Formats: sequence, structure tokens, C-alpha cells
Amino acid sequence: MTMLRPVALAADAADRSARARSLTGALALLLAGMALASLTLGASGVSPWAALADLAAGRPLDLQARVVLWDIRLPRLLAGMLVGAALAVSGAVLQGLFRNPLADPGLVGVSAGAGLGAICAIVLGGLLPPALHAALGLALVPVAAFAGGGLAVVTLYALATRAGRTSVATMLLAGIALGAIAAALSGILIAMADDAQLRDLTFWSLGSLSGATWPKVLSAAPLILSALALAPFLGRGLNALSLGEPAARHLGIGVETLKRLSVLGVSASVGAAVAISGGVGFVGIVVPHLLRLIAGPDHRHLLVNSALLGAALLLAADVVARLAVAPAELPLGVVTAVLGGPFFLWVLLRRRGLTEL
Amino acid sequence: MTALRQAGAFVLLLCAAGPAAAADGHRVVSLGGAVTEIVYALGEEGRLVARDTTSSFPPEAQGLPDVGYVRQLSPEGVLSVAPDLILAEEGAGPPETMALLRAAAVPVVEVPAGFDAAAVEAKIRIVASALGVPERGEALAGRVGDEIAGATAGAGSTPPQRVLFVLSLQGGRVMAAGSGTAADGIIRLAGAENALSGIAGYKPVTDEAVIAAAPDVILMMANAGPGVADDAVFSHPAIHATPAGAARRLVRMDGLLLVGFGPRTAEAVSTLAAALAVEGKP
Repeated sequence: MTMLRPVALAADAADRSARARSLTGALALLLAGMALASLTLGASGVSPWAALADLAAGRPLDLQARVVLWDIRLPRLLAGMLVGAALAVSGAVLQGLFRNPLADPGLVGVSAGAGLGAICAIVLGGLLPPALHAALGLALVPVAAFAGGGLAVVTLYALATRAGRTSVATMLLAGIALGAIAAALSGILIAMADDAQLRDLTFWSLGSLSGATWPKVLSAAPLILSALALAPFLGRGLNALSLGEPAARHLGIGVETLKRLSVLGVSASVGAAVAISGGVGFVGIVVPHLLRLIAGPDHRHLLVNSALLGAALLLAADVVARLAVAPAELPLGVVTAVLGGPFFLWVLLRRRGLTEL
Repeated sequence: MTALRQAGAFVLLLCAAGPAAAADGHRVVSLGGAVTEIVYALGEEGRLVARDTTSSFPPEAQGLPDVGYVRQLSPEGVLSVAPDLILAEEGAGPPETMALLRAAAVPVVEVPAGFDAAAVEAKIRIVASALGVPERGEALAGRVGDEIAGATAGAGSTPPQRVLFVLSLQGGRVMAAGSGTAADGIIRLAGAENALSGIAGYKPVTDEAVIAAAPDVILMMANAGPGVADDAVFSHPAIHATPAGAARRLVRMDGLLLVGFGPRTAEAVSTLAAALAVEGKP
């Protein structure tokens, strides 16, 4: 908890600000490098440079190269950046809002609600009227995941709000209860599922970007991008909130508005992210912590840096996922945890002497 | 745009299913254990460049590059082996991957599932015509059909034995096969009766339902999960209370052979029938 305390000596704070700003530059470079890797590396060995050279020379691009670059790798790259940024920023915002370092999107019921939506679609999708089923087509699972996530957050917000005031503590506890209810409902559906549906569910819950297609990316992008655009306006408020709600109010922060915007942004972006990639754990909790260890808890830098590092981490994990066992693929959630876990532990142990945790 | 592309993919699929695909298919990816077995049985294995994880027979197939689990294929992974024909069992996916493969103008031929002799013959004919060897397919389908008929004719007893297929015993929970499953199909071909035909699909069943099903024999896959020893099976309270438990009758068979419904279906039927007879009451 103490790590969120923004009170620091002025000189120390200035030093940290400078460090956070140069970190932003470094992370932007890292993200650019990862984006390049994501576009260049893949099981098929299709090279974007050869394709560009072909195009420049006016040669028509061969169909498979076009599909690999334009319909597979590019939407996958964009999906990875959007999902990574959405999860990491949401984690940072929620940790600030709840003043709890363990908060992540799982805690406000978004993940559980989205998971329940996806399971409903996978197991019960066959019961929909055929016309509706055909109209939704491949969008069925993502749409259901988004709807489930949104519904969970709206319910939670309504539960925790009395007379215009939202209790963060109630929200945290009710979120755990809602998560348990969603898990129970999912359990009922899992018991009804057949063998093939169970396989689909398992893979969905481990996450993957291999199903990232243009329609999915284009429908998720507005939601995630508007939530990310909101984030810079939350930084000052979240800093003040770390002193406690009354203190934040005295500092002139519209605390209720801050809560509403945070919850809205988190639910929109996490709902959309889960809809594209399935369940990818770990990014939301580890990325903000890593950045706090390196450059301090100031949310004005933390949110931007979280977006960059989250996106870069997810792209890196996706490149490993698609190359490690090529031509098959590893689940993305497994790779984020295997790569990120030990690295986080290493940073944690190395810096324990320097930062009071 | 997407609708147009899907329409295009559909037309491609139609073309691929017809004899037009015969010219292609020098680099074939086979998705699904039974489909791969059929390609080998047709003697066309030289054209295979990759297979999925479930294609484990014949053993040589395991030497081919593995593009992953049949329902969770990566589009670029499949394209990376530069296929010009994809033979996919029904349910291969995810659908996004199949749509992208079709968008890349790779003919995808879907081989429908089915759990009886007619379905096996249909699978063989579809694979053979996609590979441009319909005559050999016809011959193989006829032979396999006859073999299954022969194996089925000699199988069974009166009254038929009640068989409970246990897919898994994870944590003491019985996951068993109801009607409409491959296990149900093979049990019936072997002249026995599925003890749980009242439920549909593979389901976790309660201990009481297991006892009420009163199976004479428990059937399991030989490669099902980390070694569930015979003693562990029979010490399960519900299974212990059934006729199968009292007589300690358990048959284990290779999973792909038992429920694959490929060209070895007749072998599966006669192996299962023989096991039931040996284990059975005289």
C-alpha cells in the first residue's frame, strides 16, 4: 500500500519524473521493435520486406503472402497492441482506484462476466434462432463476451452506488461475489457442454491472438482507443485518491466522476480486449507494478507507460507463442505468465533494497 | 466484403469437393486422426506435408510436422507448410482459421463425422475424390464396408452386454458416453448395448446414474489420462456397485482405434467384440 503514497521529497519527485519520461521514450522504442518483430516473424517465413520490394517493383503480390501479411499478421499486431495496452492500463487504473496493489480486471467482475458470456455463446449458441446465429456468425463469442463483461460491471456499479456515492470497498467485495456467481453459472454450463465444446472453452480461457481478424480488431479498436484516450485525464485524480477519498475531495478532485470514468473505461476496454483474445491473465497486474518499481507511482506517467509496456509485452508473448512450437501454436496466456513471471520476480528481488514495498 | 469472401470460399469448397481438385493436392495437410488414416490406407501418404496432433496412426504419420490441435489451428502455421489441399474432419477450426485458409485460396475439403459403417465409407469416398483417386476410394470403401459388416455379423451375444464407456475418472468423477457419441457407435457395432444411452454426448454422470445403468463391462481408452489403474477403477464406489465392478470386467483399447471411425473400424469392432466375449459370461 505504501508504494502508492505520492508524498515524496520535491527533489526526489523531480528526479523520478525525469526518469519516468525517459522511460516512456525507451518503452516507445521497445514497442516499435516488437511491432516490427510481430510483422516480420511467423511460421510461414513470408517477409514483409520482400513483399514491399515486390510492390515497389510493380509485381503483383502472391495471394498467400498477401493473406499472411494483410489478413493474419497485421490484424494480429494491432490486436496485440490494443489488448496489451487495454489490460495494463486497466490494471493500473483499478489499482489506483481501489488503492490496492492486487486489483486487476478480474476483481471488478469484467473478466468473469466476459468469460460467462463467452461460455454461454460456445455452449448455448446452437439454441439461438438459426437466422440470428447466421447473422452473428464468427462474431457470436466476442459479442457475448463483451456483453457479459459490460453487464457485470453495470450490475456491480449499481450495487455499490447509494445516493450518488459509490463505495469502492463495496465494489471490491461485491466484485468478488459477482465473480463467484459468474464462475458458478459457468460451471453449470461446463457440466452441460460436450467434449468438443469443453476443448473450445479450455483454449478460450488460455487466450490467443490467432483468431484476431479485421472485423474483430475494427470493432474493438474504437472502444479500447477511447478508453485509452481517457486515461491521461485520470492521472491527477488517481494521484490525489491515493491520499484517501476525503483528502482527494479537499484537493478539488471530482471523486465520483473519477470513479465513474475509471469503471466505464476499464469495462469497455477489458470487455473488448477479452472479446478479441479470450482470457489473458497476468498483464494487468504485473505491468503496472513493474513500472512502479522502476519509475515510481505517479499515475501521470504510469498510465502512459503501462499502455506502452503492456502492448510490447503482449506482442513479445505472441511472437513466442507462434514460433515456439511452429507450425502449431502455444496459448498466449501461458506465454505471458511464463515470460513475465520470472522477470517480474527478478526485478522485485533486485530492487527490494531500494524501494520500500 | 466478408460475406463476399465467405461466398467465394464456399464456391471454392464446392469445387474442391468435385473432381476439379484432382489436379492439385501435391502438398496435402490432413486434419483429424481418421482422415490421416484414410490417406495412408489409400496409399497417398507421399502427398502429405503436415498433420494435426490427433493424427497419431500409423506411427509414420507422427514424423510429419504437427500443425496443432485440430480445433485450435493457427492460420499462419497451416499456411507455412504451403499446402495446396487441406483435408479437414468436421469440427476442425477455429472457424476464423478455416475462413483465412479459404481466403488464401487453399481448397479445404471437409470430411463429415459419423459413427456407423455408412459414415466411414462416405469419409473414404470424399477423401479419395479430393485426392483425385476416386476408383481406389471406391474399392477401399467397399472393402472396409464389407469388413465392418463381417465383424459386426460375428459380434454380440444374447442378451447384449451392457457397456459403460468411461472417458475419464478425474477426481473420482465419472465422465461417460451417452448416445450420439463415437463410443456409443462402436459399442453398438460390436453387438453390445450402451448402458447410458439415455443421455446425449459425453457427460459427467452421478454415482447413482452409474449404478442405475448397471453395466456388465467398463470400457476405457488405453491412453486415457495419467494411469488410472484397474484397482482405482474398481474401487470407485459407484463402479464397484455395478455388475462390472463385481466381476472386475474392464476393457481398455487404444482411443484412436476405438472411436476414430477410420479405415480400421472393422478391427476395432472385432477387437472389442472379442474382448467382450473373453471377458463375458460363457
